[in-house]
Amino acid sequence: MTKVAESMPPKGGFSFDLCKRNEMLAQKGLKQPGFLKTGTTIVGLVFKDGVILGADTRATEGPIVADKNCEKIHYMAPNIYCCGAGTAADTEAVTDMVSSQLKLHRFHTGRESRVVTALSLLKSHLFSYQGHVSAALVLGGVDVTGPHLHTIYPHGSTDTLPFATMGSGSLAAMAIFESQYREGMTRDEGVKLVAEAICSGIFNDLGSGSNVDVCVITKGKQEYLRNYMSPNPRTYVSAKGYTFSKKTEVLLTKITPLKELVEVIEGGDAMEE
Amino acid sequence: MNFADSASAMKNLLGSEGDSQRTLYPYVTGTSVVAIKYKDGILIAADMGGSYGSTLRYKTVERLKPVGKHSVIGASGEISDFQEIMRYLDELILYDNMWDDGNSLGPKEVHNYLTRVMYNRRNKFNPLWNSLVLGGVKNGQKYLGTVSMIGVQYEDSHVATGFGNHLARPILRDEWHENLTYEEGVKLLEKCMRVLLYRDRSAVNKLQIAKITEEGFTISQPYSLKTFWDFAAFKNPTVGAEGSW
Repeated sequence: MTKVAESMPPKGGFSFDLCKRNEMLAQKGLKQPGFLKTGTTIVGLVFKDGVILGADTRATEGPIVADKNCEKIHYMAPNIYCCGAGTAADTEAVTDMVSSQLKLHRFHTGRESRVVTALSLLKSHLFSYQGHVSAALVLGGVDVTGPHLHTIYPHGSTDTLPFATMGSGSLAAMAIFESQYREGMTRDEGVKLVAEAICSGIFNDLGSGSNVDVCVITKGKQEYLRNYMSPNPRTYVSAKGYTFSKKTEVLLTKITPLKELVEVIEGGDAMEE
Repeated sequence: MNFADSASAMKNLLGSEGDSQRTLYPYVTGTSVVAIKYKDGILIAADMGGSYGSTLRYKTVERLKPVGKHSVIGASGEISDFQEIMRYLDELILYDNMWDDGNSLGPKEVHNYLTRVMYNRRNKFNPLWNSLVLGGVKNGQKYLGTVSMIGVQYEDSHVATGFGNHLARPILRDEWHENLTYEEGVKLLEKCMRVLLYRDRSAVNKLQIAKITEEGFTISQPYSLKTFWDFAAFKNPTVGAEGSW
């Protein structure tokens, strides 16, 4: 590494200077922050006529539940939806951005968006940020070429799968899928399996909880079933609100005003008297 | 200056520089063990793999062993430490037999002994790098417990070590119930072991299942599970999108 190379002007593209700094700090003993799978269970599966996506609804801020009923299944196009795990801001921003890019593309081409278009846009964005945009996505949809299901990892790699799970509850959900998935399931069987997998994540993973959201996408139709299952209701709710049963007898009612009301009338001229 | 002082103090606390006698990291490891209580006793399953880092080096490692007349132990983690634990247990059972008093150590007692051994080693910063499952039946009472390398112990109707906790426990929580028959129990364990085979990189497709009842124990011959790899998306992932991956 000669002095001449270092004084050249930056050429554009990704600048790796900070990576060199990070390596130097790591050698000096700085502990690098690890990759965090923040609390979530998201799943997708391909069934006979299309794709079913599922997600839990808990958003966590460290050990605290920040949102008990958030929406993790994001709209990308009328025929494409995307579940997001990882940093909530990153998943929201990246799915919103690609959703508007897809809309512009639809205006430009006059055709229905394809799932692989969304896939390529998402993966090239995430790759260029080298994993710092912490978004792990399950992308599913039905287009002219058929039903598709993909997973996208924060560093930009993708997989095409018949069934997929992501997030901290992914192992619990994957255990259900691996033991019960079959090809060519009907819609009801598929929704039941997705709900079971999300419930497995909700009840066995501390980072996932609350309700189950399901989204069924078929050719020409999508059903967004918000809060398809609510297996964690409030345990004790009083239907009457706060009323106390009148058990004690009233013997005497006396109303004592706390203060005498004195009316002060302004007016009158000081110079009059 | 403060950092240097505390660093050298820590070194003295943990033994001298040339002290390489403590277990620092595991070398040859076994993966998960899964166990359930069923109608007549206990069923424990473990595969026969011994990994050396990321290589699947040994494929005939017996990780399930009988202990005395009433129990079977299953171990995951460092295999050499498991062999040491077996030596301790053999000595324990031998001394118990030498009393010749008609009484024999049951699973609860063996589990307690193991807990004390693991916890005391952990306190000396020299752990036995294992997660153990101990199951057995004595006087009609079924017992199933687990101990980890830091001495955490508990008893439950179904237990698992390692990856089994993440992949097998959710299935067992859903599908286990009292009074499983032997066939149902084996089917349930095989379901869990199949998921582990698909999703745990250190699993091998060669497993043994141990059965303990009041009558005694049997450890099955090694056999393999059937797997399914014929999903359409596995065969042709880029249908509809030539050139993508």
